[in-house]
Amino acid sequence: MSTIYIDNKKYEVKAGKNLLEACLGLGIDLPYFCWHPALGSVGACRQCAVKVFKDENDNRGRLVMSCMESIKDGLHLSVTDKTASAFRSQVIEWLMTNHPHDCPVCDEGGSCHLQDMTVMTGHDYRRFHYKKRTYTNQYLGPFVHHEMNRCIQCYRCVRYYHDYAGGNDLNVFAAHNHVYFGREKDGVLESPFSGNLVEVCPTGVFTDKTLREHYTRKWDLTTAPSVCHHCSVGCNTIAGERYGSLRCITNRYNSQVNGYFLCDRGRFGYEFVNSENRITQPLIRNRPVEAVDEFVLMDHLREILTNHTLIGIGSPRASVESNTALMQLVGSQNFYQGISDNLGFIQKRVVQVMQSGVVKPASLHDIQQADAILILGEDCWNTAPVMALAVRQGVLKTAAEHALENRQLPAWHDAAVRELVQQERGFLANCTLAGSPLDEISAAILHKAPDDLARIGFAIANRLNTSLPAVQLDNDTSSKVAVIASALQQAKHPVIISGTGCYNEALIRAAFDIAAACKTTAAEVRLAYVVPECNSMGLAMMNASSFENAVLRASRAQQVTAIVLENDLYRNVPSNIADVFFNSCRHVIVLDSLNNATTQKADVLIPAATFAEGDGTLVNNEGRAQRFYQVYMPAQRTIQESWKWLLKMQATQTGITNETIYHPEEMLASCEQLLPQFSGISGSAPRRDFRVHGQALPREPHRYSGRTAMLANLSVSEPKPKQDDDSPFTFTMEGYSGMQPSLLIPFFWSPGWNSIQAVNKYQVEPGGELKNEQPGKLLFNYRPDAVPAYFKDIPEAFGVRREKWLLLPQYHVFGSDELSAYGHGVQELSPDAYIALSVEDASQLGVVDGSLLSIKAAETLYELPVRTMATLPNGVMLMPAGLQGMTMMSWNSWVQIVSIKL
Amino acid sequence: MIMQEINKKQTTRSGDTAKYTEGVFGADYLSDQERSEIDHEVSMVPHKSAAVIEALKIVQHHRGWISDESVTAIAAYLQMGAAEVDSVATFYNLIFRKPVGRHVILVCDSISCYVMKYGDIYKALQEKLKIKFGETTGDQCFTLLPNACLGCCDHAPAIMIDNDLYKDVTVGMLDRILQKYT
Amino acid sequence: MERPLTQFIHPGCPPFDLREYEMTGGYSALKKALAGMTPLEVQKLVQDSGLKGRGGAGFNTGMKWSFVPMGDAAPHPKYLIANADEMEPGTFKDRLLLEGNPHQLIEGMILSAYAIQAGVSYIFLRWAYKKAAQLLRKSIHEAYTAGLLGKNILGSGFSLEMHLHTGVGRYMCGEETALLNALEGKRATPRAKPPFPQVSGLYGKPTIVNNVETLCNIPHIVNNGAAWFKGLSNSEDSGTKLYGVSGKVNTPGCWELPMGVTVRELIEEHAGGMQNGYQLKGVLPGGASTDFLTAEHLDVKMDFGGVQAAGSRLGTGTMVVMDDATCPVGFVHNLQHFFAQESCGWCTPCREGLPWVEKMLMSLEEGSGTAEDVELLQMHTQLLGPGNTFCALAPGAMEPLQSALKYFREDFDRHIQLHRCPYENGHH
Ligand SMILES: Cc1cc2nc3c(=O)[nH]c(=O)nc-3n(C[C@H](O)[C@H](O)[C@H](O)COP(=O)(O)O)c2cc1C
Ligand code: SF4
Ligand code: FES
Repeated sequence: MSTIYIDNKKYEVKAGKNLLEACLGLGIDLPYFCWHPALGSVGACRQCAVKVFKDENDNRGRLVMSCMESIKDGLHLSVTDKTASAFRSQVIEWLMTNHPHDCPVCDEGGSCHLQDMTVMTGHDYRRFHYKKRTYTNQYLGPFVHHEMNRCIQCYRCVRYYHDYAGGNDLNVFAAHNHVYFGREKDGVLESPFSGNLVEVCPTGVFTDKTLREHYTRKWDLTTAPSVCHHCSVGCNTIAGERYGSLRCITNRYNSQVNGYFLCDRGRFGYEFVNSENRITQPLIRNRPVEAVDEFVLMDHLREILTNHTLIGIGSPRASVESNTALMQLVGSQNFYQGISDNLGFIQKRVVQVMQSGVVKPASLHDIQQADAILILGEDCWNTAPVMALAVRQGVLKTAAEHALENRQLPAWHDAAVRELVQQERGFLANCTLAGSPLDEISAAILHKAPDDLARIGFAIANRLNTSLPAVQLDNDTSSKVAVIASALQQAKHPVIISGTGCYNEALIRAAFDIAAACKTTAAEVRLAYVVPECNSMGLAMMNASSFENAVLRASRAQQVTAIVLENDLYRNVPSNIADVFFNSCRHVIVLDSLNNATTQKADVLIPAATFAEGDGTLVNNEGRAQRFYQVYMPAQRTIQESWKWLLKMQATQTGITNETIYHPEEMLASCEQLLPQFSGISGSAPRRDFRVHGQALPREPHRYSGRTAMLANLSVSEPKPKQDDDSPFTFTMEGYSGMQPSLLIPFFWSPGWNSIQAVNKYQVEPGGELKNEQPGKLLFNYRPDAVPAYFKDIPEAFGVRREKWLLLPQYHVFGSDELSAYGHGVQELSPDAYIALSVEDASQLGVVDGSLLSIKAAETLYELPVRTMATLPNGVMLMPAGLQGMTMMSWNSWVQIVSIKL
Repeated sequence: MIMQEINKKQTTRSGDTAKYTEGVFGADYLSDQERSEIDHEVSMVPHKSAAVIEALKIVQHHRGWISDESVTAIAAYLQMGAAEVDSVATFYNLIFRKPVGRHVILVCDSISCYVMKYGDIYKALQEKLKIKFGETTGDQCFTLLPNACLGCCDHAPAIMIDNDLYKDVTVGMLDRILQKYT
Repeated sequence: MERPLTQFIHPGCPPFDLREYEMTGGYSALKKALAGMTPLEVQKLVQDSGLKGRGGAGFNTGMKWSFVPMGDAAPHPKYLIANADEMEPGTFKDRLLLEGNPHQLIEGMILSAYAIQAGVSYIFLRWAYKKAAQLLRKSIHEAYTAGLLGKNILGSGFSLEMHLHTGVGRYMCGEETALLNALEGKRATPRAKPPFPQVSGLYGKPTIVNNVETLCNIPHIVNNGAAWFKGLSNSEDSGTKLYGVSGKVNTPGCWELPMGVTVRELIEEHAGGMQNGYQLKGVLPGGASTDFLTAEHLDVKMDFGGVQAAGSRLGTGTMVVMDDATCPVGFVHNLQHFFAQESCGWCTPCREGLPWVEKMLMSLEEGSGTAEDVELLQMHTQLLGPGNTFCALAPGAMEPLQSALKYFREDFDRHIQLHRCPYENGHH
């Protein structure tokens, strides 16, 4: 700690920071543009000027940029000094000389850092009477809108997009006051992290294009804290609604999971909520009038729920609450995982490893802090994008730390640090099937078939702990293994990443063995497994029986009523098996939010709430239970959380109605009761009766407009506000208007800070933890004394087979995820189906890119164009995973080519 | 179910395995001569991208200017993003990102030449060539550009055509000078 | 009068080749240093000689070198760079040295590199100096062939590579940190200091950037000693200096003279006085980014302290004379146009402030300016001052403007009153 004096007041501040960070951390309003807590300082905008004084006797002082000045013990500075504040307001006037002043028609208006800073500095009347320079805008793809005239040249966009996220296609062009920020030419932004530009840009140059299609001011949004549903990482988000449709997703900062940034799938994947494909009413099929109300529905269900064998099929994308409610309804022994058996088997291993408590789970924050990272067999760039972004930061940060050793330079001095770092990178080994953009920053790259990757993993474990069995590898691979092992050995906090993406269980074991073996050299080793969906981990932890058993059960029992919870089985299990299952059931009840192949099979279809319309809890890949809150009540009251429907069905079935249990915390309590492995989950969020000074928390900001007029075209009387019994939130603007506790932040706002930059005010220090941060509840408990049980059983080396290929999935940020694919933008960017072969395999077959290949998999014939991949090992065939309209493939099985058309 | 539509456009998101160089103009757009000259420059710097200004100079030397295609090709050759190359190319005023005539006339418009009335020279050139600053003659012979101090202040006004410096220029000298290039 | 830098330069004649250079004592300083001086001794000698940088800022050269980490543990390679970007309007002194005696620069560079134990050196040459480029290329080649460059120079164990880099425009490249970025193949935006290039420069390695004229002095200092160098001058600042005069004088040119000649001597003796019919109205003593001096300053000594005491800077030592037929507003407008164009676009005050200044001067010159514009100009001269901008470009731009407002205020006012430029050929 250091003592500094700001405007003659004494403060204790953390050493090693800069003056801007110190001031903001102390709650002092100091304007800035080019600085960003995740990007560091470059001193370009000159907005954060303050006066520093040599000592208390110096009264002339020196103007400095606070973001470029280190804290020194005893330093005197003045924020309010006349020259400093006059200079700050002049900087805004300069920036405004060319700014179009188009706030009323600007998407950023009302949540604009430039507006806030302009007001903060006190600049009001312009004195620049000349023509403004104008630019043409670019088409940047379906997600980000470009309006260059609003640019204030803070350089944040390039620094974020290029330096931080590693995107190559956005930059700054030209010089002097003609500098232009954009692409070399019009075109889709290539980085899957492009959406963060919308928040990084302090004005309206880069804005959310999807929001434009149904634009609403930030202050007119009804918002709630949410959790991203589009992969297993569980990034924290804020979801906003107006007039019954979901309008946008923004980042919800927290220090442990996603920090400041989301991926584009997460940010722009929300549109499924507004899809025309939504199920809005209960249907009882094969009747003259299929749509029914709740009363008729329950009446109908009473019969098929009571005199039948119930089979419940759980869901990896439904909440813990909903899965629990289903388990409760059908009985634990009748609850099955609605995923393929091989995946279930692998996930079970993941849960076992994590529950053993031998190795700490790695949060994204841990990954960013790692000083050596090994990725074993998971294409996390495509399966858990923000994790890949965290990996990149870990690699850059380690390089920076090396470069700064024995130097005076502070870590926040971004440009200078980059200059020292040059092309150095921290250690990353990316061992995957066919590579990813992370290869570019990897010190060791291996592209191998899954079994070979697992063998590599076991070989690394053997190097770290020679009592583990050795593995025979070729020389080249061996030498890479040695490099990786020694890097892990030297690291103080290494992270091992693996996952289920390759459908290979040996990889899970190998990753564990490495992590456990690392413990001898690094107490801080951490392990992360990526799983497929937002609640895959929660479902896997329920330990339900496999889907195969459900099929067996259904075919043996009589009069089966299957209840399928938010699960398109045709995406999760091979279609022939799904068919067998449905054919053996007497009745099929499906709860879901969108129509799909499975809802087609439903005799009774029940409309389920999406994440925006309901409350629930998800368990992310690290075992972190996180609550998402209902944003708004859908117009159709029949759209309800599945768990609520299931509770009603239970009441119908048993004839006992118990009103009190209809809230998430009671659901979670019963989950804990049913399944002790979830112990603690009911405490993962504040109780619904949580209040601040006796007040509930409003979802609407106090500037929310038109409450009395919104529905005036229908009725002039103001409707009674909707009641929310499930959470501490109200659906109004009334309630506690101060700073919300960390888990209950529906929007970031603070007086004078209307943009997302208000996050500063919620943090203990800029870029640090939220005040009283509680980032969910970790369900896997690390036990330092747990003795590792190494797996050791090593798979055979992968053998190429004659005229057969091992079929494996290639994931795509856009396209592989089910729900996000309903958005136009995601759809536009998702690839066409293809069959990928190694270059050598393709040439042996005599096929080239675009030749048509037919294969038969799971009794289905696929004819698709060939894509050759230089990085793919021979004998392996890839197809894109999860594309809309494609059913589940029999991944990790051998397929034959039926025909070839050149 | 049989999937068969292949008509959708190919996008090159970084999520795909395809990388920067997918553009139509890969490194083979450059001539052997250009490539070997660039290789030489690359050999003198710690990493490829540090040679980008040299590469731009080389290609401009051979082609007169830097087209979009050249930008993509240089990017591919140096394993950079085209945007990164263009960011550098557009910064420097003597990298021409638009076609220029066979000869580029640079008129010094800095202070000593200002005092010595470069304006008269410019006016005369404008009349003779019927073009203004930033323009190229119809026959693609000359492009006229203003230029910061040519370091020839003791012999102002000065102009430079291609590699030739002309000192103490008077309006009367212009015809003879221009003739050399037509 | 000794003229160590230019005694063998005869404008119009080709410069010495290696053999001729050596015959007149060339490379003897290098041999002397390699054989009998440690790097730190060279540093000390140069520091003692009082040589101040000739690139504009006037920092003691030996002192600057002393910040470079030395010894085996120092990062390597270290770099030495000759700043031959000479683009300051009104400046044409380095050209004389580059075209007149390239080996002198090369020897100076090898010696300087030896002093800081640099392994790689660059000459950053502005694009327009085509002849210099050709000569330097030839001379570097000669030096390599003679074992004066490359591995194990003259058997001393010291090695140095030397490369010529020619620029592609932009005044900013002359600013030493922007120059480093340009050499790295990046946009020539400056870097924040600290860290100083001496510690983290080219590719993050210790680097010294010196002006051509500075470097050309080194062989002579090594040969003749610090006392001799001090004795060359008739002022507090040591050595000779290349001075230049341009504008409507009878014999504009560039001359090597003892440090500390007066403005009057330069204009009247060396430049042959004002051309017939013209009076001196003001001079920029050291290039476009120095404050005006006026007729009352004719006896100011042209050394670092002297010019500073008169309210300006020695800068590059090459002066631009403004005569009484030239409109000061137009003159300053021309300068501000240059600076606005050459702003790199990195920091706000310079990027947005200079074009505004330029526009106001333009409207004043065209007759539509107001008193408020003059006030705003005045304000800009303060707000674009040192420390407020990221580098010294904008503060440099403000120097001629602030002094023009001081000395030629009535010219500004007459533009406003008459709604036009009162000079015949004021605006181009
Ligand atoms: C905008 C700007 C342009 C400059 N241009 C040059 C230049 O062309 N040549 C030069 O030697 N120094 C130039 N300088 C000064 C250099 O930054 C640096 O101080 C100098 O090269 C150091 O050399 P010295 O110590 O030998 O004087 C410029 C500085 C600024 C701020
Ligand atoms: S003062 Fe600022 S914008 Fe101007 S050249 Fe320097 S850094 Fe660039
Ligand atoms: S925030 Fe400090 S200069 Fe931009």
